[in-house]
Amino acid sequence: MPNRILEVSGRAVPVRGNDIDTDRIIPARFLRCVTFDGLGQHAFADDRAQRRAQGGLHPFDDPRFAGASILLANANFGCGSSREHAPQALARWGIRAIVAVSYSEIFHGNCVAIGVPAVRVSQLDSERLQDLAERAPTLTFTVDLERLEVRASDGTSVPCQLAEGPRRQFLSGSWDALGELLEGLPAVRARAAQLPYLRGFA
Amino acid sequence: MKHQFMSQRTLYDKVWERHAVRTLPSGQTQLFIGLHLIHEVTSPQAFAWLRERGLRVAFPERTLATVDHIVPTDDQSRPYRDPLAEEMLQAIERNCREFGIRLYQPGSGKQGVVHIIAPEQGLTQPGMTIACGDSHTATHGAFGAIAFGIGTSQVRDVLATQSLALSRLKVRRIEVRGALARGVTAKDLILHILRVLTAKGGVGYAYEFAGEAIHRLSMEERMTVCNMAIEGGARCGYVNPDAITYDYLRGREHAPQGEAFARAVQDWSAIASDPDAAYDDRRVFDAGALEPMITWGISPDQGIGVSEPVPPPEAFPEHERAGVAEAYAYMGVRPGQRLLGLPIDVAFIGSCTNGRLSDLRAAAEVVRRHGGRVKPGVKAFIVPGSEAVKRAAEAEGLHELFLAHGFEWRAAGCSMCLAMNPDRLVGRQLAISTSNRNFKGRQGSPEGRTILASPPMVALAALEGAVSDVRQLLHSSSHAEPHP
Repeated sequence: MPNRILEVSGRAVPVRGNDIDTDRIIPARFLRCVTFDGLGQHAFADDRAQRRAQGGLHPFDDPRFAGASILLANANFGCGSSREHAPQALARWGIRAIVAVSYSEIFHGNCVAIGVPAVRVSQLDSERLQDLAERAPTLTFTVDLERLEVRASDGTSVPCQLAEGPRRQFLSGSWDALGELLEGLPAVRARAAQLPYLRGFA
Repeated sequence: MKHQFMSQRTLYDKVWERHAVRTLPSGQTQLFIGLHLIHEVTSPQAFAWLRERGLRVAFPERTLATVDHIVPTDDQSRPYRDPLAEEMLQAIERNCREFGIRLYQPGSGKQGVVHIIAPEQGLTQPGMTIACGDSHTATHGAFGAIAFGIGTSQVRDVLATQSLALSRLKVRRIEVRGALARGVTAKDLILHILRVLTAKGGVGYAYEFAGEAIHRLSMEERMTVCNMAIEGGARCGYVNPDAITYDYLRGREHAPQGEAFARAVQDWSAIASDPDAAYDDRRVFDAGALEPMITWGISPDQGIGVSEPVPPPEAFPEHERAGVAEAYAYMGVRPGQRLLGLPIDVAFIGSCTNGRLSDLRAAAEVVRRHGGRVKPGVKAFIVPGSEAVKRAAEAEGLHELFLAHGFEWRAAGCSMCLAMNPDRLVGRQLAISTSNRNFKGRQGSPEGRTILASPPMVALAALEGAVSDVRQLLHSSSHAEPHP
């Protein structure tokens, strides 16, 4: 299967904070569009501008993390709006996997659907990995979906979790569910024919 | 005996099992989606993907489209002044035409916020699965439907197959005892629940709202509660259907008619959770203990009773304190500060949380009792949730009351809940809003600030120009007019 994702390797960018919502990942004014093209440059637009205004640098602007492909976040990442524009913006910025303590359900589903594994680690490990990436931004991190661990090229290794359904989807290359759903279309029609509200409750 | 197993299921279990098509190789379930709602923001890419793959819409009659997020609520003449908004509107018009989907546009009489129009037209019914590319789809759970937000790839999946690949959620029963005091609304109840269970406490759960306080609520109030389940991390929230549900549905355009309605009620009653259903978790709340709520921070779970001080950092677990400090700084509030009397710049009444007729009536009651005008310097505006809500409010003369007291009266849409249309905060303006999210930048200015509250609280703040306690108004003037 050409779409199998067994692991993702690359440098990591830490974005700290719990409850980072999808309005922060991609502010609503950038949703006035009919394609996802070009969203990458607007990822975290307002957070980045605010950090610059305060004389600092958001990790997405920090040259040490340029070219990073693994996002290290904390708890409840991607909460709020269901906008797929959020993971699309991250992916178009260059993110190919996410490591966090937890995710909003909808954001996580969107990540799976676009082929971006988003794995869970403990609170302590999420902070350890963020500290490590900050100390040594040139390290290569690997999110290994077969062994369910996140490794760094300095030898650090922590266990991670991913629900068995999405994990199998990545490992088998079926994370884009549409193909399998289409195969089930005859069964969908059969199910619909039995639903009381589609039969006039007869 | 054979019924023993069958009598221990929640509504969530029953609806899930009824809609399960098959088990996919990944172990997930292919779940049939009974009602699909789409709007202009999260659907255009899905249609583009259908075209790329040469696919059709499998059940076009099970999808309803409207436009709500980007529509201006003042000048709605076409083309819209914002060319990007106009482009999005044209895209959904073209997509619905090409794929045979019903579209309710401004001027149709049926347009409005997607989560307001589907219930008011009787499309939302107990026992359905409902999906929409919008997180506040949880609203429809008020009817005993399993309703949840999805992303655009999943919008494509539903269009192409009327189904989704999903894993089951756990179910937490949230039992609310007692009754809400006067001046305390469904909005205050859900803000309180969020504060206790936190913004992430519901991740992995569906919330079943139960107990006498919930079943005393009207359908519109139940929608307010379920709407914000997502703010607690729960992808869906629901209330078991009861007589209030059936009374609401009876006679609505898309509800079952005639004898079919009686059969439907039988089916709906059977879909409710069994008394001995097994839950993954249970929590109990006391409605009587609540006061009107306001938020002080940048997450909907950062709420307090209106008379309480902003909590100190020590009230939060250590790993949360950096975020709490960020919230104090962004909002410009101090721990220990009371927000009563804090001046506000903007008051917004509307949204899928609180944009229904009963919300506007509650705001109007405050305006009548207070008798004054919107404080000079405050921008106060009211955005009905749908064209039908607007019509009904105008039939009661509410628009004249609001206009006479200095409020703006707008056309239906999402408006300043998420500020994708021209209604936006400017700079660090402080808004008090009946919407659902106080996130940084949510209301259109990257530095704009939001206090979430109920419609009566927002109406009163507009008149006083500052955060105020609606109970004082209701108590002090309770002789003036009998409570309806």
